[in-house]
Amino acid sequence: MSELAEKVNLSRRTLLKAGALAGGGMFLSATMPGIARAATGAAEPAPLNAFVSIAPDGQVTIVGKNPEIGQGIKTMLPMLIAEELDADWDKIKIVQGDSNAAKYGPQIAGGSFATPMNWFPMRQTGAAARAMLLEAAGKKLAVDPATLTTSKGVITDPATGRKLGYGEVASMAAEATVPDPAKLKLKDRKDFVIIGREIGGIDSPKIVHGEPIFGVDTQLPGMVYAAYERAPVFGSKLKSADTAAAKSVPGVIDAFTLEGKGGPDQLVDGVAVIAKNWWVANQARGKLAAQWDTGDWTSHSSAGYDAEARKLMDGPPSSDVFSKTGDVDAAFATAAKTLDEQYAYPFLAHVPMEPMNTTALMHKDGTLEIWSPTQNPQAGQMGVAQMLGLKPDQVTLHITRMGGGFGRRLTNDFMHQAAAIAAKMPGTPVQLIWSREDDVRSDFYRPAGWHRLRAALDADNKLVGFDDHFVTFELGGAYNPAAMAPDIFPAKFVPNLRYAQSKMKTAVPMGALRAPASNAIAFVTQGFLDEVAEAAGKDLPTLLLELISGREKEPDPPGGGFGGPQRGFNPDRMRGVIEKAVAMSPWGKPAPDGHAYGFGYYFSHQGYFAEVVEASISAGKSPQVHNVWVAGDVGHTIINPFGALNQVKGAVIDGLGQATALAIKIENGAVAQSNFHDYPIPRMPFAPEIHVEWVKSDNEPTGLGEPALPPAIPALTNALYKLTGNRIRSLPIDRKLLTKA
Amino acid sequence: MATVTINGETRTLDVPDDMPLLWALRQELGMVGTKFGCGIGACGACTVHIDGVAARSCSTTVGSLAGKKVTTIEALGQSAVGKALQAAWLDVDVMQCGYCQAGQLMSASALLAKNPSPSDKDIDSAMQGNICRCACYGRIKTAIQIAAAESEKANV
Repeated sequence: MSELAEKVNLSRRTLLKAGALAGGGMFLSATMPGIARAATGAAEPAPLNAFVSIAPDGQVTIVGKNPEIGQGIKTMLPMLIAEELDADWDKIKIVQGDSNAAKYGPQIAGGSFATPMNWFPMRQTGAAARAMLLEAAGKKLAVDPATLTTSKGVITDPATGRKLGYGEVASMAAEATVPDPAKLKLKDRKDFVIIGREIGGIDSPKIVHGEPIFGVDTQLPGMVYAAYERAPVFGSKLKSADTAAAKSVPGVIDAFTLEGKGGPDQLVDGVAVIAKNWWVANQARGKLAAQWDTGDWTSHSSAGYDAEARKLMDGPPSSDVFSKTGDVDAAFATAAKTLDEQYAYPFLAHVPMEPMNTTALMHKDGTLEIWSPTQNPQAGQMGVAQMLGLKPDQVTLHITRMGGGFGRRLTNDFMHQAAAIAAKMPGTPVQLIWSREDDVRSDFYRPAGWHRLRAALDADNKLVGFDDHFVTFELGGAYNPAAMAPDIFPAKFVPNLRYAQSKMKTAVPMGALRAPASNAIAFVTQGFLDEVAEAAGKDLPTLLLELISGREKEPDPPGGGFGGPQRGFNPDRMRGVIEKAVAMSPWGKPAPDGHAYGFGYYFSHQGYFAEVVEASISAGKSPQVHNVWVAGDVGHTIINPFGALNQVKGAVIDGLGQATALAIKIENGAVAQSNFHDYPIPRMPFAPEIHVEWVKSDNEPTGLGEPALPPAIPALTNALYKLTGNRIRSLPIDRKLLTKA
Repeated sequence: MATVTINGETRTLDVPDDMPLLWALRQELGMVGTKFGCGIGACGACTVHIDGVAARSCSTTVGSLAGKKVTTIEALGQSAVGKALQAAWLDVDVMQCGYCQAGQLMSASALLAKNPSPSDKDIDSAMQGNICRCACYGRIKTAIQIAAAESEKANV
């Protein structure tokens, strides 16, 4: 087993010590009373561990623990278990696990972490269940379990040809020794029969028939609906609202104010309107005439931030230096050639298709039950419990499938609202639904940002100095989505480099949008490096390969933590995707008339991606992308090629769409946009052909929800530059720059 | 009080006449296959058929439906074209989150009912009212082409 495998393997000790790790429930469940019932012969599924149970008829049920946002995780994690269990994929049942840290370990849809965090633990979970089945079969057949083989849910004794279905030994297996996960032998990659197969989404048959599987499809007897009026201006407090007027609307059951508690990610001030039909409740909001104390936040605007940021960038680099190599000032003083440009990008919203919603029921015994489309269930469960003064185990949280996430549902503000409303109406289930306008105007936005970039070239056109003065926002909290990591490329690859930052004040809530930070920084750094390459008389891939020439792999950072095992940056993998993208695309060849190719590379979420965009400018002066060639390295195995390709292609179009048309603008302290007419998400005619090839390097697999997005943006802007001679240094792309300079 | 024919059944709705069909379907009749996406007819998630034509149920009032026939995703499989589309959707594993797919399928089936062998451009133009935030557009187009070919074979 590789060094990495050793590191992320569950040890028996961790299993016994705490249920907080994936697989932790296995040992605990094996001692649960449920096993005893199964052993008495009742026709119930025997739980072999927290994730696997097998009924006497052989039906294998696997728990998918992570929230499904469309990234395919409810299919993919069970594939890992089923592979090592040797279950028959076509016959298994998959159920969504509730929020339960002790039983399932971390449950989160974020950071493209699920693959690296679960690649070993989920497989070990399946292998452990298989070992227990084999132990039971060995007893039953009076043979050494090690001589038995398994395939598709059937155990075979090769010596005699006798066969036993998993169901026939399941209840015995539930009493078998729980194996030491560290000693389990996992399959060799060449023996995979489920991993690597194109497998359709497990819920897809239900989706094409319109069955109720999303959060907002939750239906409970006696359920009522809630709309929530909140302040348009961020940072406001509620002064008054005419709840009586709203209550007088026919069909409205109740209307009441709620006082905020905690930050905007918890409960904000607002007015709930309850009705038997959500449309009625939402219409009645018009009668509330809510008055807000906006403080001085109405003076804030995107234009104001831009002016302030430009002033800051015109000044000297901030004293807040967060990355430094060599002597930047000396490098610029002696440079043969210098570049000095400003880049900027706007706030962005997530707009997943299913608007924010949560269903909550305060039971008469004081416990709370929640059905929520959340990417971050355990945090929501804890937060809601704290808000209502409940213990976490008094809150049951059912994770529903969700209509997209993109990072929006990592923040559980809507869940807090639903819970606070339900707490006011014990015994009545209530479903809070946001309008699309609520969603666009109450998001946790991708932070806007500004960068003054300078580059110094020596007489040999070598990049010897790189300086980034980053202007961002001051944000509290443990996670700062407006931060730039100190090791962003080309840090460590230019002899004299400085990253410094200046911060502005704001009340605009910010959060993680798919490929957070990278979705902006890739545009900035790869766009500017394309300018540097041109100044040096070469193309971008050549410059990038020169910068990493002769460099070794960075050591793996210690620990793993939330994100699972991290690997050090590996220039060989960067080189691999750059060379692949160049080879698979027409890069360097003449483009069709009126078309041009642009290049972009980025490393994020442990994935390496290089992309070539073929673009033209349509008569209506908008960018048209015809083809995108994508080379990606996320390790030696693509677990589910169906899902993987969908993630990559969706991410590329997502990035191209952002660059082309999307911006959230703050005016008078509030969001000016409101719905898809002024926040135009890409539609079918915009979608280019996307050609994907994998560089299967010898590394354990990592996630794919995000890393294909960032390089698409600079690849597009770099292509448009070739068509017009105008550099695009601000997003979204200014149509005026699409006419030839 | 409005009377509406939905998937061949006559349903009586005790709601204001100006309530959008979407909210009557979802919360009065419990038919939640039709999805809420934007409320202004801009995303297509709520697409149903009214007398066989694709329409946005979020922007169609209950009061406007007297004498008209509404078909929703729940009844899509009752037509040959609908069945072929559902099968094609699964064959190429179209969806990521899947939330918009009911609307995509209803738009696609209205297209194929009218134009059994659409060109690429026909598909683009018939489907451009339906947003897929996950951007599964390539596979949606492929699935429509597969279903069109299947339906054509079946009709020969």
